[in-house]
Amino acid sequence: MEITTLHYLVVAAALFIIGTIGVLTRRNVVIILMSIELILNAVNLNLVAFSRLYGLHGQVFSIFVITDAAAEAAVGLGILIAFFRNKETVNADEIDLLKF
Amino acid sequence: MQDFLNYLNSNLTPGQAGAYIWVVIYILIIFAAVSVAVIAMNWLERKILAHMQVRLGPMRVGPHGLLQPFADALKLLLKEDIIPANADKLVFWMAPLVVVITAFTTYIVIPFGPTHAVTDMNIGILFMLGVASLGTLGIIMAGWASNSHYPLLGSLRSSAQMVSYEVAMGMAVVSAVLMTSLSGAGVYGIGPGGGDAIGTLSMIEIVRAQMNQHVWFIFKFFPLGLAAFGIFAIAMVAETNRAPFDLPEAESELTAGFHTEYSGFRWSLFFLAEYAAMIAVSSIAVTLWLGGWMRPFPHWLGGTAWDTAFSLFPALTFFFLAGLTLRTTVRMPKTSYFKIQKTGLGVFGLLLGGIGLVLLVPLVRDRIQDIYWFTIKVAGFMYLYIWYRGTFPRYRFDQLMSLGWKFMIPTGVGVLIATALVGVL
Amino acid sequence: MPVQELTPVATPYFFYGLSAVAVLSAIGVIMRRNPVHSAISLIFTLLSLAGLYLMLYAPFVAGVQIILYVGGIVVLFLFVIMLINIERMEREYQFNKQWLVGLLAATVLGVLFVAVYVKGQAIFPQHAVRFPEQLNTQQVGKMLYVDYLLPFEIASLLLLVAIVGAVVMAKKRI
Repeated sequence: MEITTLHYLVVAAALFIIGTIGVLTRRNVVIILMSIELILNAVNLNLVAFSRLYGLHGQVFSIFVITDAAAEAAVGLGILIAFFRNKETVNADEIDLLKF
Repeated sequence: MQDFLNYLNSNLTPGQAGAYIWVVIYILIIFAAVSVAVIAMNWLERKILAHMQVRLGPMRVGPHGLLQPFADALKLLLKEDIIPANADKLVFWMAPLVVVITAFTTYIVIPFGPTHAVTDMNIGILFMLGVASLGTLGIIMAGWASNSHYPLLGSLRSSAQMVSYEVAMGMAVVSAVLMTSLSGAGVYGIGPGGGDAIGTLSMIEIVRAQMNQHVWFIFKFFPLGLAAFGIFAIAMVAETNRAPFDLPEAESELTAGFHTEYSGFRWSLFFLAEYAAMIAVSSIAVTLWLGGWMRPFPHWLGGTAWDTAFSLFPALTFFFLAGLTLRTTVRMPKTSYFKIQKTGLGVFGLLLGGIGLVLLVPLVRDRIQDIYWFTIKVAGFMYLYIWYRGTFPRYRFDQLMSLGWKFMIPTGVGVLIATALVGVL
Repeated sequence: MPVQELTPVATPYFFYGLSAVAVLSAIGVIMRRNPVHSAISLIFTLLSLAGLYLMLYAPFVAGVQIILYVGGIVVLFLFVIMLINIERMEREYQFNKQWLVGLLAATVLGVLFVAVYVKGQAIFPQHAVRFPEQLNTQQVGKMLYVDYLLPFEIASLLLLVAIVGAVVMAKKRI
């Protein structure tokens, strides 16, 4: 069977849903950040799959998405380290105070 | 079968021509050649370091220690395989695999000649840098899985160092890639053509650009090419964790760093990957700055007479090596204890001479040219690695990191901007 | 446009293999107790996605994915996991209180996706545009510097802000 664009979109949708489940159900903040990376990768796969049909704009945009994912991961982990220094926990439901 | 032999007449790499059996053959040849090179490097490193320190090095195992690497390999294979008590078995097993696989995957795009690469990817140099950065993951996994302080510290330090110097390497590589498309003919009088108007990331095309522009990139836009080459040469030593940047794996500092808990065959995999990575990054340096497979002065000393003269070099190298070996054989002590060693060394010398004679045959002579010049340049880099190890004292870790971030990266960015400015004017 | 293009070979096998690795590793990311194992599963997902990009004739994006994502972001994750030493927390319960609601919401989203794809199949064009594959990097580069120059500069400014912010937040004393 010929592999059409729809096949790639289905894979991207599966990755997106797995990432969403990870963000909504896990307690560990590091795993939540990794699930966000999964979501961003699903979006990238969508963009690149469509760029084969419509021109190279999709690939250029996916490069920007990768760049922004790097910046966001760095800042998110920085926040986590700053928080961990105060409370020694990485569970999302125990990070619930605005001031110590 | 006819398709199989037809490939030899085309002038494409096997990946481009779609000849898959030749791809497998090339990969096997590269694997065997790199293994032989690593074995030779082991012996050469110990002998050259020893002679630099006015001692003799291994002399007992074979004639002049020539069989030492084989004895080491046999010992490592027969050692007991120890896994620490609370180590994570899956990650412990996977870490040497990751390092070895990434070190060997970079060999796919290395151009030993205009058609002698496994394949010529459009993103050749980007692929090599990317797969080299995957090696960092293996080191982190190795340190963490050992469940012990020294490996953990060693692996964190080692990977922090590798990540920092990757940025500097990237800057130097980008300025070399810029030179493929900029001719700057007005300022420096670079030769005709100036390469394509569009630059390229493909390794074979980078060497072709140097061929078309009649200049090795190390000498282009002097001193910018030299500065970029210098930055890359220093960053590649730091990237492969070799002296003088080998604090994370030095024995007096961290008891062998991230591979402390690895023994026997697993340690030999790390060792193999380290030397394979050294050869790979040296090939990047040779391809980008030193003209890849080109012989010296292909245009200034052109013509068939000079071509034939230069094509005798492979044979002459082997004759020189054979001469050295036979001279050493003759000068060995004449007691009966040394008889076996003398015969062994004599046979080795005659073997080298035989290979030299084979390389004199014109059919072989023409084909072996590109591979020979490439290999000689990479061998020069290997000698430089050993020379650095014997000469320079080790950098402390904070000195190492401040060198990487506060000197290499700003200099790299400066060279990049200067290259772009000079090229466009 | 007849261009020098590599003929694809064994496409269905590569596609199904790479997609299976991607989806199974993604499930591994969200289900493992040990965060280092999750990070290693994430590596497998990202590498198989790079393979899928290569199948979609996007070699430059595949190269960027390997260097930036696997060689940069996952290394950052592993560093942080090791530095803050969260292994003793893997004995705690892994899923939070509202896991059932989250699962239901994600299922509804999935059903929505399936409905959109089934209904909207006729919209996609049937034939792929053929680019000369040997010039992919050059074309992407030209597009970055000509059409998308402003987003390019803004992305570099964003990275600078992120670097400064991450360093300031992770330092002990400002």
